[in-house]
Order: sequence, then C-alpha cells, then structure tokens
Amino acid sequence: MPESISRRSFLKGGVAAAGSAAALALPSAAAVGSDGRNQLATLLDIRKCIGCGACVEACRQANRSKAPDPEKPFPEMVPPRVPVEDWSDKQEVRDRLTPYNLLFIQQAEVEVDGKKKTLTIPRRCMHCVNPPCVNLCPWGAARQYKNGISRIDYDVCLGGSKCRKVCPWHIPQRQTGVGLYLDIMPSFAGNGVMYKCDRCHERVAKGEKPACITACPTGVQQIGPRADIIARAHELADKTGGYIYGETENGGTNTIYVSPVPFEKLDAAIEKGPGRPHLAAAANSMDRAENLTAAMIIAPFAAIAAASAKFYGYMKSGQSDKNQGKAS
Amino acid sequence: MSTRTHVIARKGRMGSYAYGLTLFLLALTGFAQMPIFKRYYIADIPGFGWLAEFYTTHFLHYLAATAILAITTYVVAEYLLVTRRYQRLSPTGVARAAILLGIIVSGILLVIRNSVFVPFSPAVVTVLLLMHMGLTMVFLLFALYCKLSCRPWTAPV
Ligand code: SF4
Ligand code: SF4
Ligand code: SF4
Repeated sequence: MPESISRRSFLKGGVAAAGSAAALALPSAAAVGSDGRNQLATLLDIRKCIGCGACVEACRQANRSKAPDPEKPFPEMVPPRVPVEDWSDKQEVRDRLTPYNLLFIQQAEVEVDGKKKTLTIPRRCMHCVNPPCVNLCPWGAARQYKNGISRIDYDVCLGGSKCRKVCPWHIPQRQTGVGLYLDIMPSFAGNGVMYKCDRCHERVAKGEKPACITACPTGVQQIGPRADIIARAHELADKTGGYIYGETENGGTNTIYVSPVPFEKLDAAIEKGPGRPHLAAAANSMDRAENLTAAMIIAPFAAIAAASAKFYGYMKSGQSDKNQGKAS
Repeated sequence: MSTRTHVIARKGRMGSYAYGLTLFLLALTGFAQMPIFKRYYIADIPGFGWLAEFYTTHFLHYLAATAILAITTYVVAEYLLVTRRYQRLSPTGVARAAILLGIIVSGILLVIRNSVFVPFSPAVVTVLLLMHMGLTMVFLLFALYCKLSCRPWTAPV
C-alpha cells in the first residue's frame, strides 16, 4: 500500500531525526516549580503536523514494555453485565486511543485561507493542571508529579474506569485481564487496568524529551515550563492569526494546541466517539469542589463563633453559680 | 434535671440527628467514590442514579464534610465551654473521637491535595486514601457496636 510505504520511509527519516534530536535535552528541571503555571507543558503547532505518524510509532515503541499482556480466559465478571474490554487482539489499531495506542492522529477536513485542507492533530492525554482523573481516583493509582505529569500506576490500577468517566476528554483506555484486581477479587471488584500517555515520565525524569517529541520530523511539539509555553503559544497565535486550545480548558491543561482555524470548526470536523476525544470547550470540572473548599475553611471558625456566642451566657451563669456557691 | 441541662440535652438530641444524617451522607457519598454503585445495580434503582455520578457524589461529599467540620467544631467548643461541667467523654467516646479525628485529618489533607497546585507524593496519597476509607469502616462498625451495647459518647461527671 503506497500510503504505508511512504509512511514507513517517513518513519525512517523520523527515527534519524530522533537520533540527532535526542541530544536536545529538556529545559532545566529547576525552572519547573510546584506552582501549576510552572508545570511542564507542551505546545503543538497544528500547522506543522504532516500526519506522518512517526510520533505514534515512537509512542508505541516507548510504551511497548508497559503495554498490557492479559491473562486469558478473563475471570468471570459478577454481575455479568460488567463489560470486558479487550484490545489484545486489536493491538494494531492506530486510529483511536487504545491501551496499546496512547497517541493517535485525528484528521479534520477544513478550509484554511480559502483552501480545503486536511489538518492532522496528534491527540493524547492533555495533562490537566489539576487533573480530575488523579484527584478522583479512589485508590491513588492515578497520580500527578510536581512537574505536572499525570500518570496511572499500572501496578496499582484496578480498572474501574472512573478516571475515564471523569476526564473531560475520556482519555484513559481499559484492558481487562491484567493488573492488581486479578490478585484480589477478580470477579467482584475491578476490571483490568486503565492506560494513557504518561508523558514518558521516565525519560523526562532523566532530563530527556518524550519519545513523540523527538521522533517528529517537523518539530510539531515543544516542551518547557508552562508559563514559557503559554507565552510561546500566544506569540505563535498572534503571528499566524491562530487559535489556542488547552490553556483554559478544564481549568487549564499542559497541552496547548495552536491551530490556523477556530477550534469549534476543528471540533465539528473531527470524528469523535470512544477513544476519539473532542476539541470542544471544557469547563473546569473541579470548580464546584474548589469553591466548596473555601466554605470548608470557614466552617470551623463559624462554628466556634456560634458556640461562643451561644454558650457565653451559660459560662457566665456557671461562673455566677460558682460565685454564689462560694458566697453561701 | 435543671432547666439548663434539659435545654442542653434537647439541643444535644437535635445535634445528634444532624450529626447522624451528615455521617450517613458522608459514608454514602464516600463509598460512591468507588465505582461500585453502578456495577451492583444500586444506581439503577429509580431515584438513585445520582450515586453513579462521580462529580455529584464528590460535591455532596464535600458539602457533608463542610457540615461535619462545623458540627464537630461546634460540639467540641460546646464540650469545652459547657458540657464538661456535667459530662465527661466515656472510654468509647474517646475511642470514637480519636477515630473521627483520623478520618477528618486525612480528609482535610485529601482536600488540600485536590486543590490546585498542591501535588502530594503518590505513597502519601495512597496511605491517606486507605486511612480515610479504613478508619471510616472501623468507625461505622464501632459506632454500631456502641449503639447496640448502649454505650454513649459521654458519661456524667
Ligand atoms: S486529560 Fe483526562 S486523563 Fe489526561 S490529565 Fe486530564 S483528566 Fe486526566
Ligand atoms: S509523551 Fe510518551 S506516552 Fe505520551 S504520547 Fe508522547 S510518546 Fe506517548
Ligand atoms: S506530530 Fe510530527 S510525528 Fe506526529 S504525525 Fe505530526 S508531523 Fe508526524
């Protein structure tokens, strides 16, 4: 198939580019504070993406050793309606997110400067500044590091898929028949492990760039402290008349896309569904809880004030009881 | 019983209903943080669908946590200012207070963790989550035991 040949030859180019780019280390980790605005973020210049898929292949390669290797047959599920999600026979699927494919290329037929064009958009976890998948994971299997990277610990995850439900983009993908649940009560609790981009956290910890970034022959992605990346995104958008996605979505993410067409148009043009995330507006999902945090801080003080006001009388009368006791 | 202690006892009863209701809501919405209510059909019962909506149960958990913080602080203040003249914490009361303290402290730390820009180490988070959940189960069982064996929180001085 000519398409795949051209992709393969491009891959070679990409891998060669990766070799030389590997020397490019990550910006100093010292620049990354625990302040959310200084988490590590990536900038994706959609105009530059040629949809070659080198990043997808690099991601698959980088995650091969972490990919699921399920035991079959799967334990019987109780109740039987609990869905089995098995991607082990569909590992080659590349046109959506799966446990074996943590990055895919989304396509959008749009008009750019009056001409019809197919834009290609690399999609994976957005790495939210305050990620609900992490905050709401009941086991602490999903976690976030100081540098902003969120990841699911595949050894701890029970595969309940709550992270996928609460993620505004429904990113994490489940493989049944792997992980810790097999050692606990496989039929009654848990259902495998959830997989998503972990921003190549091992490489980043060593000061290297994520595999998808170094593999890209056209330099679509940049990575750096969030404040820098945001500034660069605005500069790029201003220069090219582009549009930004990811800066404020879900309260802010660490994946900033810059597109030559408005994101509403891209969102309307892409194929969406399970494993194929949208590009629509996303309100801050932790907002309501964050608002209540203030009430939680005030509550005890209000209670002390109320109790003091209420019982001041009793205290005083208690005091006078005592005094009276003394007098009598 | 003097009028004063009578009033306190009546208020105490109302308070304990509010406390019981809040604890029930906390336990329910707390357990709803695990993806079990949908799996085990509970959320399929008409009127219980919200138990499978994680943002709803999380919000209600926070709301009830705000209430329990207020109630607990109020009761502690009341105890220090007034009640201790007539009543002392019973041994099972001390035990329950200690467990509750553990649940509240781990809960507060988890809320701090959930607020923006405060990442905790993964091990600490796992310990806090297990502590929060484990102590809740211990508390509920112990509270049931105290109820069934008629052991109140306090005893007369
Ligand atoms: S995009 Fe989804 S999976 Fe990724 S950090 Fe945000 S909530 Fe989590
Ligand atoms: S950062 Fe790593 S895991 Fe994430 S998409 Fe890129 S290569 Fe894949
Ligand atoms: S991001 Fe780079 S490597 Fe990935 S498809 Fe686009 S051009 Fe190719």
